Amino acid sequence: MAQQLLLDVQNVSRQFGGLKAVSGVNVEIHDGELVGLIGPNGAGKTTFFNLLTGVYEPSDGKIFFGGHSVAGRKPYQITKLGAARTFQNIRLFGDMTVLENVMVAYHMHAKHSFFTSLFRLPGHFKGEADMREKGIEFLKIFKLDGKKDEIAKNLPYGEQRRLEIARALAAKPKLLLLDEPAAGMNPQETTELMHLIRWIRDEFKITVLLIEHDMGLVMGVCERIYVLDHGQMIASGTPEEIRANPKVIEAYLGQEV
Amino acid sequence: MLNKRFFLYLLAGFVFYGIIQFLITGELIDESNVDTLIIIGINIILAVSLNLINGFTGQFSIGHAGFMSIGAYVAAILTLNFELAFPVALLGGCIAAALAGLLIGLPTLRLKGDYLAIATLGFGEIIRIVWLNTDYVNGASGLNGIEKITDWTWTFALVTVTILVIQNIVNSTHGRAMIAIRENEIAAESMGINVTKYKVIAFVVGAFFAGLAGGLHAHYFYIIQPTSFNFMKSFEILVFVVLGGMGSTAGVVLGTILLTLVFTWLQDYPDIRMIIYSLVLILVMIFRPKGLLGGLGGGRKKKKGGDASGTTTSA
Repeated sequence: MAQQLLLDVQNVSRQFGGLKAVSGVNVEIHDGELVGLIGPNGAGKTTFFNLLTGVYEPSDGKIFFGGHSVAGRKPYQITKLGAARTFQNIRLFGDMTVLENVMVAYHMHAKHSFFTSLFRLPGHFKGEADMREKGIEFLKIFKLDGKKDEIAKNLPYGEQRRLEIARALAAKPKLLLLDEPAAGMNPQETTELMHLIRWIRDEFKITVLLIEHDMGLVMGVCERIYVLDHGQMIASGTPEEIRANPKVIEAYLGQEV
Repeated sequence: MLNKRFFLYLLAGFVFYGIIQFLITGELIDESNVDTLIIIGINIILAVSLNLINGFTGQFSIGHAGFMSIGAYVAAILTLNFELAFPVALLGGCIAAALAGLLIGLPTLRLKGDYLAIATLGFGEIIRIVWLNTDYVNGASGLNGIEKITDWTWTFALVTVTILVIQNIVNSTHGRAMIAIRENEIAAESMGINVTKYKVIAFVVGAFFAGLAGGLHAHYFYIIQPTSFNFMKSFEILVFVVLGGMGSTAGVVLGTILLTLVFTWLQDYPDIRMIIYSLVLILVMIFRPKGLLGGLGGGRKKKKGGDASGTTTSA
């Protein structure tokens, strides 16, 4: 599997005042990998995601995405480079319909300009029809097409989570970043999600990095795992290696007395 | 690709326009009622354009009278001092207001919520004070003797254009980008939407039409003064939007018509006018907290089937 380096994080740190939320982290993710990022509460996982997606700028270090430096780029520009994310606390467009939520993510691929829409030039109708079609396609994958006209905030929790993934996928990313996708799901939903994530990776030939608390999910689905603790990367490797790593056990279960 | 519904609306609009025009030329309705009609039209342009900023994009702006005054003064100067044709003067006023919107929008739109409200409020007052202290526009006494050109035809046509343009924006991917910003700015940005760009577009388009309303206003009332565009005017426009329903064009049009009528009728009872006006506002807010047509999805068309043309007119 000699594949190209997609995400290259070099010695990245982020400080909030006196607190080093992330310090000296190195991560390399290749095309087509399915990688997990785990760690106890407050380990800096979400901060790390925010660094990748441009919400925060690193205090130190460099991040390269597909060969481009992420530094100085705004979140929407990084998304255009091909990194789409979901959020730990769901951030849907609550008052929009399910389909519209997905169509918004497809916006940056829309071919009709503001003025085309303003004057209702022919390109507008074709563009909008294309977006609808693409949107429904993505909803079908997540079995949400039956609810396309429902208001997003009225969906049950599990479906809101799925819609968020559908929305991120509609942005046609190279790298899909999932922030605790199974949070609040029951074991059966989690298992289904696991299969879905793997299927998405194979079907769309994308790379997935997921943050997760649920060890079952991470161990079952990820090929490679990074472990963060107190802002530092304490281990990385295959699920088996991680399971046997004494540092990881210590971080999760505490030190033997 | 325009659908049947659009032509139906267009036809209904023309019939409505024709009936009113017939009543006016036949002198079947008196002058004061025509005044009310024109004022309603101007208010609709103001409210619908502010709704793009406040209702759809979710940016709390209360400086709309400022943009209106720029349109009014520039259009009036162009017809008075440069003797330009009315449509050219109107367009000049619109462009000046839009430029002001761009100038104000770029630095202030990074502010959120209350802070943006305060900044836009301040802008509105600054503009008013600039007019007040500029000799070229006669300071407090304002511009006099502006030719009366605005009539029912101009008003109706331009209200229609305004609503069409706003609806065309809102019912497109660009409008959805704006609504997404209102719903969740962080998520919108992480879905690849250039948040600043769309906020500025909303602001500039809103200011453009506020300028249009200003130009119409100036060419109907002969005279414009800085006090016509004070904070109370901005507030009045905001009330139309909130009462009609933020993010619902139909609601905002309805709210504007109702409130303007109530306000006009109450002019015969100056003692209790403000009391009744306030009571109407309070009652609507108690029984329809999201505005008359707010929360019903009005204004944005529920799209079904493969049809994606979203143009509606109602005036």
